[in-house]
Amino acid sequence: MLEARNISKIYENGGVRTEALSDISFKVEKGEFIAIIGPSGSGKSTLMHILGALDLPTSGKYILNGRNVEATSDDVLAEIRNKEIGFIFQSFNLLPRMSALKNVLLPMAYAGVPKNQRLAKAKEVLKVVGLEDKMENAPNQLSGGQKQRVAIARALTMEPSILLADEPTGNLPSHQSDEIIDVFEGLNKKGHTIVIITHNESIAKKTKRIITLVDGKIVSDEPNI
Amino acid sequence: MTLIEIFEESISVLRTNKMRTALSTLGIIIGIGSVITLMTLGQASQQSVRSRIQSLGANLLTVRPGSSQQGFLFGGQGSNTTLRYEDALAIQNSQRVNTIDSVAAEYSSRTQISSDKGNTNASVAGIAGNYFELRNITLSVGSEITEEHNQITAKTAVLGPEISTELFGEGVNPVGETININGQAFSVIGVTKSKGGNLDDMIFVPLQTAQKILFGVSHVSTVYVGAKSEDGMEAARNQLGYLLLERHRKTSPEEADFSIFSQEDLLETASEVTATFTALLTGIAAISLIVGGIGIMNIMLVTVTERTTEIGLRKALGAKRKTIITQFLMESVVLTISGGIIGVSLGLIASHFLTKRFSLPSIISWESVGLAVIVSSVIGIVFGLYPAYKASKLQPIEALRYE
Repeated sequence: MLEARNISKIYENGGVRTEALSDISFKVEKGEFIAIIGPSGSGKSTLMHILGALDLPTSGKYILNGRNVEATSDDVLAEIRNKEIGFIFQSFNLLPRMSALKNVLLPMAYAGVPKNQRLAKAKEVLKVVGLEDKMENAPNQLSGGQKQRVAIARALTMEPSILLADEPTGNLPSHQSDEIIDVFEGLNKKGHTIVIITHNESIAKKTKRIITLVDGKIVSDEPNI
Repeated sequence: MTLIEIFEESISVLRTNKMRTALSTLGIIIGIGSVITLMTLGQASQQSVRSRIQSLGANLLTVRPGSSQQGFLFGGQGSNTTLRYEDALAIQNSQRVNTIDSVAAEYSSRTQISSDKGNTNASVAGIAGNYFELRNITLSVGSEITEEHNQITAKTAVLGPEISTELFGEGVNPVGETININGQAFSVIGVTKSKGGNLDDMIFVPLQTAQKILFGVSHVSTVYVGAKSEDGMEAARNQLGYLLLERHRKTSPEEADFSIFSQEDLLETASEVTATFTALLTGIAAISLIVGGIGIMNIMLVTVTERTTEIGLRKALGAKRKTIITQFLMESVVLTISGGIIGVSLGLIASHFLTKRFSLPSIISWESVGLAVIVSSVIGIVFGLYPAYKASKLQPIEALRYE
């Protein structure tokens, strides 16, 4: 379903070459629950951005659902991000002006989903993350864990083939982290494919496969027993 | 995302920052407001000048001493002495001039006037011929100055309504009273009806009296000629032009020591002058619009920088470049159009009061209102384009990293 083939990412900054990722290859199948771990600076986030079509590799291929994700145009990438990827950020990235519901509606507005279908879908995904009673709350009226659940609901609205979460509990106290982990576990059980970058041991433990990155290279890729 | 949704979005964004929204539209409000005010005032004064000149009569030809090359605007009345009452009589009595109806002559000069109750400085016009008829002047009380008054150099005077008020007070009938012009006692025999403009501020006396007793001159400052019809104006102008050339022993029109104007000529000159002024003032106001537009651009650039993370997120969620451009353009256009609408309203209110204050006809120039709305949206697009383009160019990953 998702395949990274010899992906490298090189940054050049004032003549200094930094190889953030070198020769990364792996596949993700439908229904997998994967943790990518590694020390900071190991290239985890860079890899995640490439998988999320937010960034492009310097060399190598990234194939998502049989489609080569490459530098065609900004708008093609935007459409891939909109329809095929659900991205969850460490800092939630909710728009503070809007209610939880409106934040969740946003991807559907960009996709041009007919208006009458949007509300039903948004309510459905908010129910999945257990926030059907907080729909009208503005983000600043929600706890960190609730904000992140809104963000997860937002990622689910377009029924993407994969959920990518970049340190989803990084900004949360531990009890709120747990509620997020539970949500991810539940989603995986329903068949969602999930890739999580994390420092959090207890999240990594719940996943079924752990990929370890060090200095931009995969040092281990093993099922989690 | 449909345009309506984007519109709703921008309204909610602009609402969250009310103070900034208000301040950034201020430039546009002031610019549009002053353009509207000045355009309306310009049109109103143009209309007022036009109706004043037309009220003098469309069939009227005015003969003044001095060649037109000198320009009647600069020559000044009375500075040339080449025109005489005999010229007016000759026009009246000539067999060759058959396109005219009646003739009048005037010599006018400013001097000191007083009555028992007040004194003032006003223009005294010595008149002869069908003066009141030709200049569309009617009396509210009393009687006109006649040919007989002229022949006996009678010291009789007809007052303009404002002079009457100044000398005798509001609503007082001055007929039969005595006034003092240049040290000579005159009896008031009538008051003219108000026509607006300087005719209300004049005193009419017999021409001979003015020439011989008051000012000691033998020339006239204006000869008025009424053509039989509006179509006959050109013929009348030629006929009396050649007659006067002959009388003044000039061989060609280039040597003429007089000029003939029709109301049309005056109208054109006056319109040109007011149009130039209006254009000039509106131009200055338009500059303030550009300044307002730059203010909008400035604030939009700040907004884009401030909302870098938001833009990144929107792109990460699937917003296309076009959508981002539309969103930011919409914001700047909503800013400028609402500024434009407020500016139009304020401009209309201001021009309403100003036209009243200067007793001009109050007109609303709808084309300037339409123009203002179009101009303000164009400003929104033009000055919003660069910030919007800048926003759309942001790479999602860079934008999300921005903190």
